[in-house]
Amino acid sequence: MAVVRRERAKPHEGPRLIGDRIFNLTTFSLALSILLLLAGLTIALIYDSYPAIRQFGLHFLVSTDWDPVNEQYGALPFIYGTFVSSFIALIVAVPLSLGVALCLSEMAPEWLGHRLGFLVDLLAAIPSVVYGLWAVFVMGPWLRDHVEPPLAAWLGFLPFFQGPKVAVGMLSAGMILAIMIIPYISSVCTDVFRVVPQSQREAALALGATKWEMVRTAVIPYGMTGVIGAIIVGLGRALGETIAVAMVIGNSAQISASLFKPSATLASVIANEFAEATSDMYVAALIELGLVLLILCIALNVVARALVLGVQQRRYHETGK
Amino acid sequence: MAAGVSILHGETSYRYRKFKSDSMMAITVGATILTLIPLFLVLGYLLFKGFSSLNWAFFTHMPAPVGEKGGGMANAIVGTLEVVGIASLMGVPIGVGAGLYLAANRARQFTNWVRFSADVLMGVPSIVIGIFAYAIVVRPFGGFSALAGSVALAAMMVPLVARTTEEMVLLVPPELREASLALGVPNWRTTLSVVARTALSGIATGVILAIARVAGETAPLLFTAFGNRFWSTSLFHPINTLTVQVYTYAISPFQDWQRQAWAGAVVLTGIILTLELGVRWVTGGGTKTPR
Repeated sequence: MAVVRRERAKPHEGPRLIGDRIFNLTTFSLALSILLLLAGLTIALIYDSYPAIRQFGLHFLVSTDWDPVNEQYGALPFIYGTFVSSFIALIVAVPLSLGVALCLSEMAPEWLGHRLGFLVDLLAAIPSVVYGLWAVFVMGPWLRDHVEPPLAAWLGFLPFFQGPKVAVGMLSAGMILAIMIIPYISSVCTDVFRVVPQSQREAALALGATKWEMVRTAVIPYGMTGVIGAIIVGLGRALGETIAVAMVIGNSAQISASLFKPSATLASVIANEFAEATSDMYVAALIELGLVLLILCIALNVVARALVLGVQQRRYHETGK
Repeated sequence: MAAGVSILHGETSYRYRKFKSDSMMAITVGATILTLIPLFLVLGYLLFKGFSSLNWAFFTHMPAPVGEKGGGMANAIVGTLEVVGIASLMGVPIGVGAGLYLAANRARQFTNWVRFSADVLMGVPSIVIGIFAYAIVVRPFGGFSALAGSVALAAMMVPLVARTTEEMVLLVPPELREASLALGVPNWRTTLSVVARTALSGIATGVILAIARVAGETAPLLFTAFGNRFWSTSLFHPINTLTVQVYTYAISPFQDWQRQAWAGAVVLTGIILTLELGVRWVTGGGTKTPR
């Protein structure tokens, strides 16, 4: 930059300066467009959902009525469905992802670890609609025949495991979400564990720790914020995942404790009803659901970013010493 | 140090601790195997169901009328190429330009805001991007269109491409840039023909991975490109894409359509995995796109 600034003083270098100006202005406006994209996205959603916001106010968030025929709209069944399906996904995905991450970073030799990591990353590349297709025809019926009956038999006294055993429903949605978010969580966790300093591990081993004690006392606490960040990234994915969930959740705007029953999420109801929404208020209500989803995801992103950034800065300070 | 304490006090025998350690480590291996099972199951079913459903008609014929057997997804294949192609024409230049800016102006507060926006945009659910495209293209133009679908996908590509471009440009040694500037090459030419060119393979990798990512998207296309059972290449009409076609066929009650959904899924996954694997194989597996 200093070189350019010195040249700016020479009047006969004019054309060159113009080239730089044009280039800087172009790349600046392209960068600005990213900022405008996010702002425009938020503004467009608020603007288009304004009729519903004005009509229902905050009641929209707590009302359980979703009745397009009578123009009554409430988001609670979908907020509930979104959180419960994501929660099931996290319960299944987090322990597995941690296991995968520890296996890849602590157990497997480097060449194998990288190849297995690559295979896990492949899971993230498979399109959502393909997961949905597989879930509809393979996973859903399998859950119905081999998972739901034993759950109902052993844990049937709990309200979660009562109700009809069908292939589509909250449990199917949570399971397919779990499969879809494992690669994201495990990939970030593996990266986090790989940057734990070797000296940390050696210190634990020198004190006589076994491998697991070393992991528990030196590796996991050191990477804890990164792990939490990874879980939040996974949660963000689960909240926003649309097509696979829309295909297996059954699409029913009801709140029920039973995990076997059909339900719906914010994203799945938009996918299912948007193209068929007839009245302006219906469209506005669906867009307001999108706005709720957007706000949830932005909030999660900010938190995750703060946490992951904290890890990176700590890493930077320590290597900088 | 819990481990140290337990050794000093001799609370637990070494054999027990060793056993516990080995079992925990075995559990991590088990978790990895358990995680890879769905991968192999999904791919296995795709190969098994998809390839047996694939035939020549699938690539060359139009969808058959409702209830009739046969037909293919020729229009959806062309539609996917068109929508993704136009999205790339819009998204890649913006993304690369923005990435060059981010890498060149790291100290500015504005850069931090742009980088933050890009990261947030990458976390925004694709269906929300679809609503955005609906609001700015479908509604003003008065109908579902291929263009609206492309805008939605382009909006998803921009932050991905911008962030990978930035990362790749930062890998270029500053000495190269200084050498070029010292020879009197103007800044813009240095950036384009020395810095960007050195980072070209990395940038191209990022672009291809972004294309692979959006080619598998269904949600933002449902109410932008919408789908179309007839032939269309027009930018201003609804157009069929592979993902939307697979979605509609998968949830349909007709067995022949479900069979074709598998065929569509195997073609779609084939394209995407070829792009992802091909690029990683060429670059040695080191490149990851930000998610």
